[in-house]
Amino acid sequence: MTYDVVIIGAGVIGGMLARELSRYELSVCLLERENDVSTGASRANSGIIHGGYDPVPGTLKAQLNTQGVELLFEAAKQLNVPHKRNGSMVCAFSPEDETLLQTLFERGQANHVPDLTLLSGEEARLLEPELSPAVTRVLHVPNAGIISPYELTIAAVGNAMDNGVALLRNFEVTSILWGREQFRVTAADGQVVSGRFLVNCAGGYSDRIAAMVGDTFFTILPRAGEYLLLDKAEGHRAHHTLFQCPTKEGKGILVSPTVHGNLLVGPTAVRVPTPDCTSTTPEGLAQSERLAAKSVPSIDFRQVITSFTGVRASTAGEDFILQPSPSVPGLIHAGAIDSPGLTCCVSIARYLTNLLSQQGLVLQEKADWDGTRPDPCAFRNLSDDEKDAYIKANPAFGKIVCRCETVSEGEILQAIRTNPGARDVDGVKRRTRSGMGRCQGGFCAPYVMELICAETGISMEQVTKCGGASRMVLGRIGTI
Amino acid sequence: MMHYDIVVVGGGPAGMAAAVAAYDAGCTRVVILDREPQLGGILMQCIHNGFGLHKLGRELTGPEYADVYAQDVARRAIPVLTETTVTNITPDRVVTAQSRHGIVKLQAGAVILAMGCRERSRGALRICGTRPAGIYSAGTAQKLINCMGYHVGKRVVILGSGDIGLIMARRMTLEGAKVEAVCEVMPYSGGLTRNIVQCLEDFDIPLYLNTTVAQVHGQKRLEGVTIAQVDGQRRPIPETRRFIPCDTLLLSVGLIPENELTRAAGVPMDPITGGALVDEHCQTQIPGIFACGNVLQVHDLVDYVSEEAERAGAGAAAFVRGSALLNTSINTQPGNGVRYVLPQTITDTTRDVSLFFRVSHPMGKVRCTVRSGADLLTALPRPRVAPGEMERITVSPDLLRRAGDTITVEVEELP
Repeated sequence: MTYDVVIIGAGVIGGMLARELSRYELSVCLLERENDVSTGASRANSGIIHGGYDPVPGTLKAQLNTQGVELLFEAAKQLNVPHKRNGSMVCAFSPEDETLLQTLFERGQANHVPDLTLLSGEEARLLEPELSPAVTRVLHVPNAGIISPYELTIAAVGNAMDNGVALLRNFEVTSILWGREQFRVTAADGQVVSGRFLVNCAGGYSDRIAAMVGDTFFTILPRAGEYLLLDKAEGHRAHHTLFQCPTKEGKGILVSPTVHGNLLVGPTAVRVPTPDCTSTTPEGLAQSERLAAKSVPSIDFRQVITSFTGVRASTAGEDFILQPSPSVPGLIHAGAIDSPGLTCCVSIARYLTNLLSQQGLVLQEKADWDGTRPDPCAFRNLSDDEKDAYIKANPAFGKIVCRCETVSEGEILQAIRTNPGARDVDGVKRRTRSGMGRCQGGFCAPYVMELICAETGISMEQVTKCGGASRMVLGRIGTI
Repeated sequence: MMHYDIVVVGGGPAGMAAAVAAYDAGCTRVVILDREPQLGGILMQCIHNGFGLHKLGRELTGPEYADVYAQDVARRAIPVLTETTVTNITPDRVVTAQSRHGIVKLQAGAVILAMGCRERSRGALRICGTRPAGIYSAGTAQKLINCMGYHVGKRVVILGSGDIGLIMARRMTLEGAKVEAVCEVMPYSGGLTRNIVQCLEDFDIPLYLNTTVAQVHGQKRLEGVTIAQVDGQRRPIPETRRFIPCDTLLLSVGLIPENELTRAAGVPMDPITGGALVDEHCQTQIPGIFACGNVLQVHDLVDYVSEEAERAGAGAAAFVRGSALLNTSINTQPGNGVRYVLPQTITDTTRDVSLFFRVSHPMGKVRCTVRSGADLLTALPRPRVAPGEMERITVSPDLLRRAGDTITVEVEELP
């Protein structure tokens, strides 16, 4: 069949676009090179809903950020994605920083960011007691928030699938042919998908996808950021997202609570050769630690439970690239979606939908579109009595598999069965938090592997951590 | 709500021995809750031998040792709720647990905490690099191999020379894998000497001291690790970096008592042991809540876990029967060369009390002393001591009565 729209890349932009297009009477196919959605920049980032004071007025970033904040909060509610409007603070430590704060304040006002205020260090410390005494002035951004970026992406793709969108995983695009009013997109393993319109949401690889049709007007310059994630015991160190003054390289090192109650610090900003350079380095982690301690000196870094690197799909210019291909009709590029890309995911999806419409895609709303998604965490929020009743009807929810995050077998089965179903150990982890706690999967991984086998009909030897060659076990004992 | 004299949280070696001891001390309404499908805890994956030499006078495998106690539990018809996870304990001893049958709340006369410990993870060590498959804690690999029957890898590097790591070096070798190296960041191994000899030396597996894994490589499955010697601050020395190709990295870098329930109940903790502060009956500072086994302090021998649990069981039974646990209070504290002393308080000066402690670093010939101020209460010579091996020294009632309100355990190196 020929799809109306084919989207390359199931990150937060591709996923949110798929959901947006699923409102309409269209056939849509979402292609993903990995074994799961949300494995690139959408997985490893700060998870911040930015207020909108940072982008230069008049840019796409400024326009889409201001629109995007409320759209994202609304989508997060509909999709039952963990989020919180915790507000952010940008901290000044010097007179130069204070000058910059003033600029950001003015920019924020030009961008129509609501309720911005400048606070003295003392005023800020009343709201945020562990903030460093060295902070002299603060830009308070009450409309900002935090969100779980990978859960958002999973939910967006899942909701799109519930509304008829097809997801093809392990589909690594190797060529794109245009002819007879349609695109033929071929994968590394020979699979072919055809579509009338094509949207390039390939994140760090969006320039390579563009180059497949001869569009070389932009180049992704991947920039890595290293983070440290701390135990929930340290989650109370910050209530707001605490930024330092932004630099050209990024929004500076932040200290933020996560929606799950952990503390997140980072990221650094270092040019790397390719988007898959997700290695952490001693220097990067040390820098994140040192600079985070500048904002909140009391953080106990012995409570680090994991560290990771995310890679931003940046480019040489400052702004997002959201435009039709100059060479092929019906192809839209969404490239260079770095910060505040997550904040803008819904507004970008609408912008792209509008571009498709301008290219001739007919948008006819479905009568029965449902933009909501059941809460995957519904069980854990029940009272003991409600849990008891639920377990009596669904015994699998009584069996705890992940003791650190209290995740039951029922929740893991649900993650495997619900669109887009988890297919590997990391996929289960991102959907349920099983393995995300203090033991980092030490106890639960073998059980999770067994559940994946039982549900998807594969053998233990075929279970992977994250698709491809990432097999967890190599064979039965006695076979080496 | 169901009522029990004693609710034991955890059915490993500590929980079983505590339940049996409580029962034998006259508390027959005892129940054991365990999250696994069977009793035995982590012993069930420890299929090597060496268990029981001290306590039972026989050399058993882990499952065999567990079975001795499981039979004791069965003979007394002590009820066991398996696949039941305790989710909350209140200071007034209401225990909430969850299983396939629903949520159950138990009111306990006394609670015995016996949840064991977990392994320190890669994240806590901040090993740099990528996040591929093939990095396991030694215990996870042990479960996959011994209980589930799967190979985790063919070329292995092990970081940490704790006992589980050493046991797994041998286990992987016996299953046909090549163990390239065991790296230990400290200048000495944290494992038992017998395990160094029987698991590494007998199989020609190199142990590199003062060495760590500086970086892991590989996008999907592990492709190798960079190891490096460390300086005095345990930082890798760049010029000593060396790449070792491997598909598996096992971590055996320490055990952490699993005390989330304990902390949530508000039980005061010892930052050094990672367990509760207890008296010689293993009673925590919340009356009626006891702790024993690896949730209290990480042991090197299960035999001593069982002994400690028997004290906890007897103490909990006495509490339930209302026997006044004496409230004379002597505090113990670690002195020179000692990391910690357990129990942290002594309440009964009418009986012998054993003090358990670990030294802070390996030493040759030493004298372990117990002092009250300047007064030397007792001393014990030892030919050599190491942090991997728990020490004990017993103090008699005569001496305890002589002590002031604090006694100090120290280690003095002898010429």
